[in-house]
Amino acid sequence: MASPLFQFSFLLLHLIYLEYNRLENSIYLSMNRTIITVVGRDTVGIIARVCTYLAESNINILDISQTIVQGYFNMMMIVDTTKMSKSFDTVQDQMAKIGEELGVQVKCQREEIFDMMHRI
Amino acid sequence: MISISEVIETNKMVEQENLDVRTITMGISLLDCADSDLDKLCNNIRNKILRLAKNLVPVGEEISRELGVPIVNKRISITPIAMVTGNACHCTEDYVKVAKMLDETITELGVDILGGFSAVVSKGATESDIALIKSLPDVLAKTNRICASVNVGSTKTGINMDVVRLMGDIIKETAKKTADRDSIGCTKLVVLCNAPDDNPFMAGAFHGVSEADAIINVGVSGPGVVKHVLGNVRGESFEVLCETIKRTAFKITRVGQLVAQEAAKRLNVPFGIIDLSLAPTPAIGDSVADILCEIGLEHPGAPGTTAALALLNDQVKKGGVMASSYVGGLSGAFIPVSEDQGMIDAVLAGALTLEKLEAMTCVCSVGLDMIAIPGNTSATTIAGIIADESAIGMINQKTTAVRIIPVEGKDVGDEAQYGGLFGYAPIMPVNKFDCSAFVNRKGRIPAPIHSFKN
Repeated sequence: MASPLFQFSFLLLHLIYLEYNRLENSIYLSMNRTIITVVGRDTVGIIARVCTYLAESNINILDISQTIVQGYFNMMMIVDTTKMSKSFDTVQDQMAKIGEELGVQVKCQREEIFDMMHRI
Repeated sequence: MISISEVIETNKMVEQENLDVRTITMGISLLDCADSDLDKLCNNIRNKILRLAKNLVPVGEEISRELGVPIVNKRISITPIAMVTGNACHCTEDYVKVAKMLDETITELGVDILGGFSAVVSKGATESDIALIKSLPDVLAKTNRICASVNVGSTKTGINMDVVRLMGDIIKETAKKTADRDSIGCTKLVVLCNAPDDNPFMAGAFHGVSEADAIINVGVSGPGVVKHVLGNVRGESFEVLCETIKRTAFKITRVGQLVAQEAAKRLNVPFGIIDLSLAPTPAIGDSVADILCEIGLEHPGAPGTTAALALLNDQVKKGGVMASSYVGGLSGAFIPVSEDQGMIDAVLAGALTLEKLEAMTCVCSVGLDMIAIPGNTSATTIAGIIADESAIGMINQKTTAVRIIPVEGKDVGDEAQYGGLFGYAPIMPVNKFDCSAFVNRKGRIPAPIHSFKN
């Protein structure tokens, strides 16, 4: 049988773990998240260019994934725009412009539309 | 967290399958604007609309940009105007003045259409109701963005045949007054039975008396999306077919729900309802008829059409109801002819007739919609068509409507052109036999019994 001290420390660790999860969840929920999608022909430097712009705009990247659909490069980023230094409209326009320069389509959309459609 | 495949699916719906929110419609009560002085009345109405709807268009565009979903129209519906103008309007010119003021006000705001130049006369009509109805041909000829509707019957009251007969004449006169533009006036005029108070769709939208001071209603659309997913289940059982429609309708409606909530929050106006609808446009691939073909018909109008449409309509509602907190309006699949390329093709192929369309209206949203008929069709025949459609609504406790266009100077084989969301329509033949002795009877058809359902 485990000693009371061990039981106590186990309980304490468990509580800390729960509190950490709760905090992490609440931070995640309070974020303003935007989905950035890049679709087009794959070329050198797409991610570098987009990420540089995001860093300049104080936008934090939470997740990146990419895939090829029907021969096209598809990339999706989930970003946190809570502390961004520009307006949503400006970011949307400037990202679209960067896309044009790279020959790909770049879209910024609020995450809610995807959450609403795919989560109950 | 959202996955890349989900993001791709949503964006494909918008970019390739014409998913859009058809309309954000702000309902505005004008009951507190009534005045016996015409100028004061116009001022009151104008000020109230400007105050409540000044941000409607910018907010709609902002939401559309942020979510990446087109919001095609921003509209306003108002209290049936006959209830407000009774003391101030005494002749057609007075009503035209009010309509022109409304037209100018919404043009200033960038609003696409306003509905509610309406009268609700399902049992009886007041003098102001009749005066308003008689002014409609001039109002519709002299304005561009004003829609009119007349509710001529309901399950609780029966059908007001005096007004049905009058509407036959009014539709003819409206067609004549806009003869130079293929009788476009009639595309903005609908005759309803069991009209809902919270409908965001035109031409039948008005802000009913059971509603709050202002409200946001949203109409969604997405026949292209349904058609596309049904392409993946060809030859499968009805169970698979129905589940697929339901799942898709759910996703489409969720977009509408989000847009409605955001619009209500940003405009500081309560959220009313989502209209669960499949509303086609003349764009290729944005067609309800194409869904019917995908279900297994060569053309809409073939035997089996009514069953296929009933199935589609029911699954859209079942999927949509869970996706939205409040559902209302006309909710269902729309089957206009001129606004749906697949319907136009079916008419041109000889598959779809007026009679089959009437049967289809028994099981889906609304009724005979955007149908062009020969200009020489008599007023009593049009009244007969309205009476038939109203009877379907009255007996089956559903909304039905007639938006029919007797195109001046054109006959079967010709086409009427309207452009934009209204599209174009081949002129359809109408049954030539006479019903004037029936519609010329005075009075109303009594309310039906709600028992012995057979």
